[in-house]
Amino acid sequence: MILASLFESGVSVQFYIVLSTILFAIGVLGVLVRRNAIIVLMSIEIMLNAVNLLLVAFSTYFGKGDAQVFVFFIMVVAAAEATIGLSILVLLYRNNRTVDIGLFNKLKG
Amino acid sequence: MSIQQLVPLILLFPLLGGIINGIIGKNLPKTVSGSIATLASFLAFGTAILAFFKLEEPVTIHLFSVISLDDLSLHARFLADNLSLWMVLIITGIGSLIHLFSMGYMKHDEGYYKFFTYLNLFIFAMLILVLGSNYFMLFFGWEGVGICSYFLIGFHYSDAEKGMLNGLAARKAFIMNRIGDLGLLIGLFLLLAQFGTLEYGEIANKVLVDKMSVSSWMIFGITICLFIGATGKSAQIPLFTWLPDAMAGPTPVSALIHAATMVTAGIFLVVRSNYLFELAPATQDIMLYVGLATSLVAAFIAMRQNDIKKVLAYSTVSQLGLLFVALGMGAYTAAMFHLTTHAFFKALLFLGSGSVIHALSDEQDIRLMGGLRKKIPLTHLTFLIGTLAISGFPLLSGFYSKDEILGHAFHENIGLYVILMISVIMTALYMFRLYFVVFHGKFRGSHEVEHHIHEAPASMSIPLVVLAVLSVIGGLLNLPGIFLKGGTHWMSHHLEHNTTGLSLVGGEHGDSNTTLILMVVAVIVSLSALAICYVIYGKKESIPVPDAQLSGWQKLSARKLYLDEIYNFLFVRPVEWLSEKGYKFFEITFLNGLVLGLAKGIGFSGELVKKWQTGRVNWYILWMVSGIIGLVLYYLVKI
Amino acid sequence: MNIETIAIILGGLTIGSALMVILSTHPVRSVLYLILTFFMISANYILMNAQFIAIVNIIVYAGAIMVLFLFVLMLLNLSKDNEPRSSVKMKIAATIAGGSLLTVLVAALKDTVMIAKSPLASTTDDQGMVESLGQLLFTDYVLPFEISSILFISAMVGAVLLAKREKQIID
Repeated sequence: MILASLFESGVSVQFYIVLSTILFAIGVLGVLVRRNAIIVLMSIEIMLNAVNLLLVAFSTYFGKGDAQVFVFFIMVVAAAEATIGLSILVLLYRNNRTVDIGLFNKLKG
Repeated sequence: MSIQQLVPLILLFPLLGGIINGIIGKNLPKTVSGSIATLASFLAFGTAILAFFKLEEPVTIHLFSVISLDDLSLHARFLADNLSLWMVLIITGIGSLIHLFSMGYMKHDEGYYKFFTYLNLFIFAMLILVLGSNYFMLFFGWEGVGICSYFLIGFHYSDAEKGMLNGLAARKAFIMNRIGDLGLLIGLFLLLAQFGTLEYGEIANKVLVDKMSVSSWMIFGITICLFIGATGKSAQIPLFTWLPDAMAGPTPVSALIHAATMVTAGIFLVVRSNYLFELAPATQDIMLYVGLATSLVAAFIAMRQNDIKKVLAYSTVSQLGLLFVALGMGAYTAAMFHLTTHAFFKALLFLGSGSVIHALSDEQDIRLMGGLRKKIPLTHLTFLIGTLAISGFPLLSGFYSKDEILGHAFHENIGLYVILMISVIMTALYMFRLYFVVFHGKFRGSHEVEHHIHEAPASMSIPLVVLAVLSVIGGLLNLPGIFLKGGTHWMSHHLEHNTTGLSLVGGEHGDSNTTLILMVVAVIVSLSALAICYVIYGKKESIPVPDAQLSGWQKLSARKLYLDEIYNFLFVRPVEWLSEKGYKFFEITFLNGLVLGLAKGIGFSGELVKKWQTGRVNWYILWMVSGIIGLVLYYLVKI
Repeated sequence: MNIETIAIILGGLTIGSALMVILSTHPVRSVLYLILTFFMISANYILMNAQFIAIVNIIVYAGAIMVLFLFVLMLLNLSKDNEPRSSVKMKIAATIAGGSLLTVLVAALKDTVMIAKSPLASTTDDQGMVESLGQLLFTDYVLPFEISSILFISAMVGAVLLAKREKQIID
């Protein structure tokens, strides 16, 4: 079948390694560049997904399902974290009327 | 009881007395506290007499080792031979009499128990000095007497009007002694370097028995350094100006320290090291000339002093100069003889002056005294005996001891004899001046003081009488040959008997004729001085003029040859200037700058680092990412 | 059209949509691009024969989490105008940092030598994917599975507690 044996038919693992790394770097870039807290949280999701991609690639390559279980759990954690993050963000907005993280510098000095 | 047990006992009594008085003396009544101290001193004297009669051969008593390494060993060890026991007798004997005197003299003083503590400790330190069997113990005692004399001179440091002066005098004594001590210490180091040991016996063995060859420079260095130490303690030029100032202390202190004991430490040191000094004729010459100069200068200054104690102080310096002349000529036993008689009559004179001061309610200026002959007869009589003794009046003790030294000088060099004679004449002159001004004529003080004049109590007069008797018969110790056929020069023989080195030096005793002639000359001199002074001060009743009217040589004499001012200019001011500059530079600029600069630097770097804490999450994550990059890079490049 | 081309195209689309997430100015557009990214990643999963993960990815991420994000966005009523922008300095520094991170990681990982070369043993039958995953989950990894439910409960409680409006005392 087409969908079987991806790595036997020419696509190397390195491809997915590089892809995952690029996605991760994009995620990092997003965290660094954007000042909107929601966008920052979304970039974190991108980073987590990059890692998921890599894990699944290796799971297919080695034929073991353990990595996919791990992906499962990563998704669990990501969901919980996104929830909490967003609720904190709502609180922040309530107090400061903005979600610009550049303005939250009370820990300065 | 053997010597082994007696000697530590001699040391124990004053130490115990000092400790007891020091710890619980405050709570004891005055008589008890004083009696403890005096008793301790008398017990030490008794034990010393026992030991003196028991002693045959020199005995060493080893207490403990302070350091014992391969190359260096210092022991707490005592040597009892005739010389050290003789000194012990003088110290404890005269010390006990002075303790007795102090019980009466210091009766009205607040720090009574403190005084006796210091006195006892002083005796203890002095005993260590003379009883030690090596230079280390000597140095220990040396420093001990130095500190005790500091305490005692500055005893009345909290006195309202003169407290500061007392403290300064004590400090001056201590500092000048320190300069001498440096010389002594260097001498000790040189001794260690040359001989590898500080024990008297071992060094004597190496020098006399093994005939160890020592380079003349080394022996010169050693002896000069030892002499410098002696100069400090025994007040020779240039380190003698402390002694007159030390008269600020109570009179018993002056009697004990500056007449009988501490100042004789230097003489003792030289006599102990006689074999070393015999190898260095250059040092002996230096000693001789320094002693001669000191004797003349001090006598000159004493001629016009108006404080009763200052005259006696300069007299002490002058007599010490005479002793060093004797040592310079190698006449060690003669020096010891004169040291003994000088201890007797100088202590007598000081205690007598103490009695006078006590009688006149603490007046010390002789211009406000006079006519005390009838008022305090006992003091007068004993003071007269002391004056006669020091002037070399025939048949008293001073006559014999001085004559022996003059005899040696005559044999050495006629010129030396003449100059020494001048010093002797001046001695007689100023002493008789003192006597006549104080005790003859009319009383010149205030009426109030005149009412209160009273003779000294028993505790003060007994020592006076004892010392007077000793001053009279002390000459018997070392009679020259023309008086008795046999048993002459008892003391010289006794000392030479078992003290290392002295028997080799053993002075030649001149033939009878020369001795007789010299004796006659000395008698004429002292009697004529007595006559002159009697005429000037007794008959004509001329009193010393007030300071303002002095001129010429009299002014020089009264102003102590401006020596204090010269010293101040030459030494004290540059040191003070240097210390001020040093303070400004080192303390303020350097250290302050260093410490404050350090603090400022840290603050500055803190300010720099503070800029990192922007409080903005973006920047923190940026640094985190950079860290991760760095970490991965590091492992990448390493592998 | 072989697998390689498909994989490359898919990879490129993924990267493109991820880039658009962080580069777009309007926040709602960023969210939409993120959803697109998730779809692309799921397509990658299907390509790698991990169907279950692909579906779960879409359901959980694109379905639940992104909806949450949208809710919050709508709540905050953000728009393009009051979108904060960071300074140029920050952008340059971030680009450099991200670029070097990429370079370093790729350099670290590119020379990895695969130990086991193409095992691909048990991927022949496709319907066993969910089954085998389920088996693993309930036998080897049952403990983390149960604990993750506790994690969810605590997350839920935390979220509700944090976002609750404080009682206003009306006097």
